[in-house]
Amino acid sequence: MTVSSKLTQVAGLALATGLLLTACTAPATPTTAPAKPAATQAPAASGPKKGGTLIVARAEDMKGLDPHKQTAFASFRSLEFIYDPLLTFDKDMKVVPNLAESFKLSDDAKSLTIVLRKGVKFHKGQPLTSADVKFTFERIADEKTAAAARSTFAGIDSIETPDANTVVFKLKAPNGALPAALTTLNAAILSKTWVEGGGDPAREANGTGAFKLVSWETDKVLKLERNADFWIKDQPLLDGIELRIIPDEATILAGLRAKTLDWAYLNDPRIGQRAAAESGLQVWKATSLSYHVLQLNASRDVFKDVKVRQAVACAIDRQEVLNTASLGDGSVTSPATPPFYAAPQADLFCYKKDEAKAKDLLKAAGNPTVKFTVIAATGEPPAALNEAQNIQAQLKKVGIDMQIETLETTVYVNRWLAGDFDAAVALNGGNPDPDAMFYRYWHSTGNLNKVAAYKDADIDKLLDQGRAVSDPAARKTIYTDIQKKLAEAAPWVWLYVGNDYRAGQPSVKGFTPLSNGSNLYLREAWLDK
Amino acid sequence: MSRFITQRLIVFAPTLFGVAVIVFVVMRLIPGDTITAQIGTQTLLTDAQAASLRAYYGLDKPVLEQFTSWFGAALRGDLGLSVRSGKPVLGEILSRFPLTLELGLLALLIGLVLGLTLGMFTATRRGTLADAAGQFLALIGLALPNFWLGTLIILVLSTVFHILPNSGDYTPFSQDPLRNLGQLIFPAFTLGLGLTASIARTTRSAVLEELRQDYARTARSKGLSERWVTLKHCFRNALLPVITLVGIQAGYLLGGAIVVEEVFALPGLGRLLLNAIGQRDYAVTQGVILFIALNFLLINLLADLAYALVNPRVRNA
Repeated sequence: MTVSSKLTQVAGLALATGLLLTACTAPATPTTAPAKPAATQAPAASGPKKGGTLIVARAEDMKGLDPHKQTAFASFRSLEFIYDPLLTFDKDMKVVPNLAESFKLSDDAKSLTIVLRKGVKFHKGQPLTSADVKFTFERIADEKTAAAARSTFAGIDSIETPDANTVVFKLKAPNGALPAALTTLNAAILSKTWVEGGGDPAREANGTGAFKLVSWETDKVLKLERNADFWIKDQPLLDGIELRIIPDEATILAGLRAKTLDWAYLNDPRIGQRAAAESGLQVWKATSLSYHVLQLNASRDVFKDVKVRQAVACAIDRQEVLNTASLGDGSVTSPATPPFYAAPQADLFCYKKDEAKAKDLLKAAGNPTVKFTVIAATGEPPAALNEAQNIQAQLKKVGIDMQIETLETTVYVNRWLAGDFDAAVALNGGNPDPDAMFYRYWHSTGNLNKVAAYKDADIDKLLDQGRAVSDPAARKTIYTDIQKKLAEAAPWVWLYVGNDYRAGQPSVKGFTPLSNGSNLYLREAWLDK
Repeated sequence: MSRFITQRLIVFAPTLFGVAVIVFVVMRLIPGDTITAQIGTQTLLTDAQAASLRAYYGLDKPVLEQFTSWFGAALRGDLGLSVRSGKPVLGEILSRFPLTLELGLLALLIGLVLGLTLGMFTATRRGTLADAAGQFLALIGLALPNFWLGTLIILVLSTVFHILPNSGDYTPFSQDPLRNLGQLIFPAFTLGLGLTASIARTTRSAVLEELRQDYARTARSKGLSERWVTLKHCFRNALLPVITLVGIQAGYLLGGAIVVEEVFALPGLGRLLLNAIGQRDYAVTQGVILFIALNFLLINLLADLAYALVNPRVRNA
């Protein structure tokens, strides 16, 4: 589940003579507008123009300023303008140098050498050196920092800085996924001299990014201005970005129509589809890496037998779930969502609905009474309840009784993290790198293995192998294998990936969306006003 | 009079303490805490890291200890720090309150002007078509939920008129009064419509009641015009139940503000509270609810005082 969207639910809290707690649910946004093909970006009539402030709206605010501590999607989508990691993704989700000028993973995948760009300056004036990189990773490793990516980089044995522009990461074990891991904002480079001199990343911002922080008023507005010393010459083109928080996405769409907003990131695909149906608005539609999934808890009695889990998988028509819950806006997905690594669906167990097989499997399991409860969060994702209802109807046809329990988002997260459910409908975050997607759930030592509730020694071995190899083709073979095993063991039923929508005025030019949800390339955008 | 006020103020203390206890307990009964809300399901944190974060925020201490340390500080005026923004809760509340207060006052004004007018209008035309129409309007006003009305207003403004007064760029009154009022008028109307309806209905029945009284008949028999009797004699007496109603409803406006601020993207107290609950930001939730409870008590006190002003019997009792 992406921690991105905001409640469509509005809780009302009134105080009477005692204390009255009432909650009322806002009506679901009507989805009458049919999904039309998204308007394609008009080619620029003239060259890029400099100047102007882009007024951006989104439903949720970031949670804090310290890039190493953030875990929420909304925080990354703000801090990516201010801070830079060493590496990043290009438009094809390929790892490319960012603050690094070049990087090289050794053949044994046990050491990564990074050459830094020269002449990069932090917003407060300090020059970027290899000492800053070393300091950053030491800060992440320090338990006191409570850095989000501490376990991700726990495999770094030592960091060498042969000169001011070169950093060598020495690893305890081979890790072909390290370059992809270095793209996270959780590994954004901080200035050593600034932090050691008393700078507090939780209260101030001092990055190397395209924009500098001007002010942040929580739940209201984040103001950014152009970094004149940005390390890409002539970028950014905008004078600044003003990110406003508008919690209701229907109101965001209203603001776009009224032309009081230039651009918006939309979490709710239904609002995205309505924006796409609107003439006079430009919509960027990108296949998301996040995936909708039905998680079955294999540690619960009802799902201990693999045949029962398989029966559930065989009984579900994934396309029907997609059509019903998200109006067909998306596509059925393999366990790995990055297109390069996705296993062909024809090779995966029961990816085509097979009711007869489901019934046979149940018979082979001794015709048990299969009754369980699925948890779904209200409004997160917006389609969760619809998915659950459709799955409920489909499972009923093979005699499986699924009850639905809807929970407020944080209550849901609490149960989800504790693995306290028979089954859960979830929207889980994807990653361009399959190691980042799979290891944390499916390796028996992964930090979310408790949530996945399934272990397999073979999969452990394959995941370790995938990490140790740096050649993409070889990795692809390994991860295809893992996907086949996962689909067959059916701890989860992977359903579909949706689309991410950004909408804006036709005057916004030069922006390219990334499928991991990043808006980094607003640094290339310009206003044709 | 001063004794009356003192008595009322003394009752404040146990009420506020009760509210503090209830909020504190309820917040801890809801599953999921600040850390859960922060890490969400994308987390890379291990359980040990989450535990050390909990220790950092003092969430691992016994609930009673958490309560006494929080309440003790609150008595000294220190409501703690927001987990999210790292800022003092009191400062957050005071920076958001002017907007909610203004919204509430505007809604109250709209409610009083429209409600009293409609109430008098229908009362003096009892049994006519105009009365029926007015009552029907009031019924609609009561029945429309404000989140729906707010969304509808936004939809109509943006699709038909291509305007949206507030697109996340709220301007305080002190900066630009006109722009501020333009941004608040629709939210205030949304919030005030329900109040308008109930004031109109109460006014109508109260005026009708007074018009039937002996003193009204006497006034009429002295040859006074119906208009004079209604406005000069009955209206003032009819105000009493309206004041009681407004006193109660004004408190509910604060609750309604939560919904309206969310729909219209206004950074007021209601949104602060809603986000704090969603994020399990305990200090902010507790602080805001205490603050709202205090306001509620003060509003009720003001209503009682207003009652005394209009009705000498209360004043001299």
